[in-house]
Amino acid sequence: MKEIDLSLEVNGLPRRCQVHPLSRLLDVLREDLGLTGTKEGCGEGECGACAVLLDGNLVCSCLVPAAQVHGAQVLTIEGVAPSEGTLDAVQQAFVSCGGAQCGICTPGMILASKALLAKNPTPTETDIREALAGNLCRCTGYTQIFTSVLAACQAEAAAGTRP
Amino acid sequence: MRSHLPDFQLVTAQSLDHALLLLAQARQSGTSLQPLAGGTDLMVLLAAGKLPPGRYLNLWGLPELRTTALTAEHLDLGALTTYADVRKHPLIAQEFPSLAQAARETGAEAIQQRGTLGGNLGNASPAADSPPALLTYDAQIQLASVEGRRWVPYASYHTGYKQTVRRPDELITLIRLPRLAAHASVLHHYYRKVGTRRAQAISKVCLAARAEWQHGTLQHVRIAVGSVAPTPLRCTRTEACLTAAPLSVPLLASAQRALAEDICPIDDIRSTADYRRQVTQNLLSDWLRPLLDHR
Repeated sequence: MKEIDLSLEVNGLPRRCQVHPLSRLLDVLREDLGLTGTKEGCGEGECGACAVLLDGNLVCSCLVPAAQVHGAQVLTIEGVAPSEGTLDAVQQAFVSCGGAQCGICTPGMILASKALLAKNPTPTETDIREALAGNLCRCTGYTQIFTSVLAACQAEAAAGTRP
Repeated sequence: MRSHLPDFQLVTAQSLDHALLLLAQARQSGTSLQPLAGGTDLMVLLAAGKLPPGRYLNLWGLPELRTTALTAEHLDLGALTTYADVRKHPLIAQEFPSLAQAARETGAEAIQQRGTLGGNLGNASPAADSPPALLTYDAQIQLASVEGRRWVPYASYHTGYKQTVRRPDELITLIRLPRLAAHASVLHHYYRKVGTRRAQAISKVCLAARAEWQHGTLQHVRIAVGSVAPTPLRCTRTEACLTAAPLSVPLLASAQRALAEDICPIDDIRSTADYRRQVTQNLLSDWLRPLLDHR
């Protein structure tokens, strides 16, 4: 089948590529656009390693066909930091609190945390556990990850900004 | 990606009428055209190399299928209503709490943003989370084709394992929930899914129920289960048993025996028939014990 001329906005920049309409957004990002920060874990929507924000909503990029992102806005881990050399509050908290070990789950964890904090800037630990329930980590044991998200909220509150 | 993408075609519908026309053309030419909504089932199969090659119809983004409409009698949900939409809808939380709970327990956030009610019903898995809730609320399903629209009671929608009354040229367009006439103070709703873990897991057993509770007796009882039969199932023997007399410990015991006759669980990768039968009976007790204790 013919490929489609896909045009979308990734991390604030307009991007275009020729892809099969059933190509996974995950593969479009990694292979066609060279954004390898988004990871493939299970490839079946169970682990959250490939999570990105699609028009502001958390999705598993492994389950989204390219044809469904035409004209959409995508945020990947590469677009989270506000500028070169600085980190977003959530990223900084993951560094400070030991929220990352091997790092494979980290991009998805950070985007799931961003999705949560955008809707609920003052989550309880229960809210955080529910928001990250679709993101699996095999290293940290999760406690440091939940601590990181709480720390990011506190940092945002102290700075008077919201993630 | 274990599938060879050039073997697949994806056609994007520009409108609902366009989608129905494409389906009618496929039927006339004897070819298959499979609807694709949020992709949470089909994209898994595609990546695993298990999706049959062929033509698929992209429905995502059709605004006609994402509407909700409320009247005094019912709530209509468009087929592309996502679980996230269901969770956000204040009236669903208030009047159809089992459906809100089902949405909350389907996958996690990223799945809830993409999974749709229509897709869930189209896929027709007996292990899906929303069907038991929809069965207890007497849902009706609207099926559309170029020939017109028809309403099907959801209780008669499933005809066998992953088989439904939907013809290949029909689309699920609306899910209608009749609003319950009884005063909320006498209504009891129950929804519980049992899986390997609380989040994300596919159910081993799922039971939804609702009834009116007045003067120690249950009325208008609806009990429905998932993952314990080839289709999502209304448990009519159990319902009849529970309305035959005032609720009591012996009546609950009879109802649990009736429930074992309503269901036909199997051993599979997720659980065993014995475990499923026992847990289904336990869930009935989990629902009714608090009512017994507060007679």
